[in-house]
Amino acid sequence: MYVAVKGGERAIDNAHAWLAEERRGDSEVAELSVAQIREQLKLAVNRVMAEGSLFDPDLAALAIKQARGDMIEAIFLIRAYRTTLPRFGASHPIATGAMRCDRRVSATFKDAPGGQLLGPTFDYTHRLLDFKLAAEGDVPAAPEKPADPARTPHIMGFLDRENLIQTEEAGAETPPDLTREPLELPAERPLRLQSLTRGDEGFILGMAYSTQRGYARNHAFVAELRIGTVAVEMDIPELGFAIEIGEIEVTECETVNQFKGSRTEPPQFTRGYGLVFGMSERKAISMALVDRALRWKELGEDNLGAPAQDEEFVLSHADNIQATGFLEHIKLPHYVDFQSELELIRKLRRAVSDTIREAAE
Amino acid sequence: MNVSAYNFAYLDEQTKRMIRRAILKGLAIPGYQVPFASREMPMPYGWGTGGVQVSAAVLVPEDTFKVIDQGADDTTNAVSIRRFFEKTAGVAVTEDTARASVIQTRHRIPEMPLRADQILVYQVPIPEPLRFLEPSEVETRKMHSLEEYGLMHVKLYEDISQHGAIATAYAYPVKVEGRYVMDPSPIPKFDNPKLTMDAIQLFGAGREQRIYALPPHTRVVSLDFEDFPFEASKADHACDLCGAGDSYLDELIVDDAGGRLFMCSDTDYCTTRRAAGHVGAQGVPVKEDVA
Repeated sequence: MYVAVKGGERAIDNAHAWLAEERRGDSEVAELSVAQIREQLKLAVNRVMAEGSLFDPDLAALAIKQARGDMIEAIFLIRAYRTTLPRFGASHPIATGAMRCDRRVSATFKDAPGGQLLGPTFDYTHRLLDFKLAAEGDVPAAPEKPADPARTPHIMGFLDRENLIQTEEAGAETPPDLTREPLELPAERPLRLQSLTRGDEGFILGMAYSTQRGYARNHAFVAELRIGTVAVEMDIPELGFAIEIGEIEVTECETVNQFKGSRTEPPQFTRGYGLVFGMSERKAISMALVDRALRWKELGEDNLGAPAQDEEFVLSHADNIQATGFLEHIKLPHYVDFQSELELIRKLRRAVSDTIREAAE
Repeated sequence: MNVSAYNFAYLDEQTKRMIRRAILKGLAIPGYQVPFASREMPMPYGWGTGGVQVSAAVLVPEDTFKVIDQGADDTTNAVSIRRFFEKTAGVAVTEDTARASVIQTRHRIPEMPLRADQILVYQVPIPEPLRFLEPSEVETRKMHSLEEYGLMHVKLYEDISQHGAIATAYAYPVKVEGRYVMDPSPIPKFDNPKLTMDAIQLFGAGREQRIYALPPHTRVVSLDFEDFPFEASKADHACDLCGAGDSYLDELIVDDAGGRLFMCSDTDYCTTRRAAGHVGAQGVPVKEDVA
C-alpha cells in the first residue's frame, strides 16, 4: 500500500534549519561580521550593489553573509528588498565630471588635465598567492599625499571639441525606468543602459568579449576609466532647491570606437558608455563595449547577426535573477507534464511498432 | 520575516493598482498578453512570481486561499506560496477546492467545476504560445496583432505528418473567442476542455512580465484539424486510491520491480472522494490511512 508523500511543510522547516546551521559553519571558528564583509570583501559588496540596483554597502554585506557567499543569491536578496522600498523622488543626474577620483586612467592619451591615477588596482600585481595573508597581519600604511585640487575633466570632452567624436543627442528629460515599466522592445538606449548596468557581470563580460573576437567587432579604446565618489543631489520641494543627500562610489568607462562612417554618418569616432555602482571596472568596460555594439542601428551600421548586436537577445538574458530563477525552477515537480509526455510517447511508440509489425507481416 | 513592515499581501498599493489595471485590460481582451511591470518577489522568478503577484493584487482580507502545484496542496512550492500569503496577508487558507475563493495553481485545473464566485490564478512560465516557433518577442507580438497563426498550424500539421498525432501533451495551444492564440500554461491537455468555465481565470507570468485572462464563459477552443480532432487524454486507468475514472492521474513507481500505482493528481478531489467512501483498487478506507 502506497501513501502519497506528505510532509512538505516539515521538510521545508527542517531544510531551512539545516541551512542556517551550514551557513554558520564550524562554530569553533569566529563568526564573520557584516562590517568585516563590507570592509574586506568590498568588491563582492560592490557587485551585489551594482546588480542588485541598490547602493547600500551594509545591506549588500548582510546579503552576502546570508547567502553564504553565493553572489547571485545575495543580489536576489537585495533586489527583493529594493522592490519594497517607496520612491521619494528622483535625484539630479550625477556629475561624473566632478568626481573625486580614486582611479583614473586613459588608454588613448598619455597625459591629460587631471593626470593619470592608478589607484588601488590589481593591474600590474603579479598573481602570486600571498601566503603571508593566511597568517594575517597588519598592512603597512600606503604612502599618501594631499589630493590634487585640479579638476579632472572628461577626456572625451577634448575629442568633442574637435568634432572628432559623434555628438550625443540629448535624451528625454525623464528617462524610462526599467524597474517600474515592463521592458518593451525595441528599447531606447537609456533602457538598454539600465539593463546592462544591472545585468550579470559574467554575461556582459562574455558578450563584450565576443565583440572583441570578431562578432560585431567595434574596436574599442578605453578613452577613460574613472572610479571615485560623486555627490547625489535632489530637489527638495519644501526648500525649492537641490541639496546633497549623500555620496556614492561609481565606476565610469567611456570607450572611443573606430568608425569609418556609414550611409548616414560621416567618419568619426563613436562612443560606448558604462556606469556601474562601486568599484566595478571589469563590468563598466564590458558594459561600454556591449552598449556600443547595440548602437549599430542608430549609427547606420550593418547588422552582422552577432549576438551582442541583438538587443532582444542581450536584454532578455542579461538579468541573472530572472535567469537563475527560471533555470532552477526545473527542480520543481513537473510530474503532471511529464505524465502527459509519458502517455504521448507510449502512444506514439505503439503506433510505430504497429506499423513495423504490419510491414513485417 | 518582519511581517508588519510589509503591506497587506506584501505588495504596496500602487503596485497592486498597476497589476489590477493589467488584469482588467486582460479581462477586456481575453487571451491578449498584457505587459506589466513585474516586481522582484521574495521567491525566484520561474517559481510562481507571476501568479503570486496576481494573487496579491486580487486578494482581500475576507478571502480563503488555496494553492496547488501539480494538483496537490502539499507539494513543497505550493506549501511555500501558501505560507507566504498566510504571513503577509493573514488570509484564511484551505485545501478544500469548494471553500476557496482564490485558487493559485501550477500545471493543473481542479477536477471539481469552479463557481462564478471563485478566481483561478495560474502561474505561467512562458506566456507566448508561439515562442518555440519564433524566439523574438518583437516578431511574435506582430504575429498576434496581425492574427498570423499560420506557423502554429504548420507545426501541428508537421506533427501529424511525422508522428500521426499532434505531439503536444501539455501547454496545448488554444484559441480564445476566435481571436488570440493563447498558452493555457503547462496544464495537461486533459484540462483544456475545462478552460471554458464559470470562474474568472487569470494568468501571471512574472519573469516575462505578462498578464492575461479569461473572463467567465469565454469560448476557448483547443487547436486541431477536422480530420484530427483534439483529444483530451489521460492515463487509461482509474485512481488506485479513490477509484475515480474521470480524473487526471499521476503515475508512481512503488517498488524496485517498477510496479506502478495511479492516483489522482488533484489531492483534494481524491481525499474528498475517499472521505465519501470511494475506494480504489489499491486503496484502503480513509480511517485506516490516518497513521
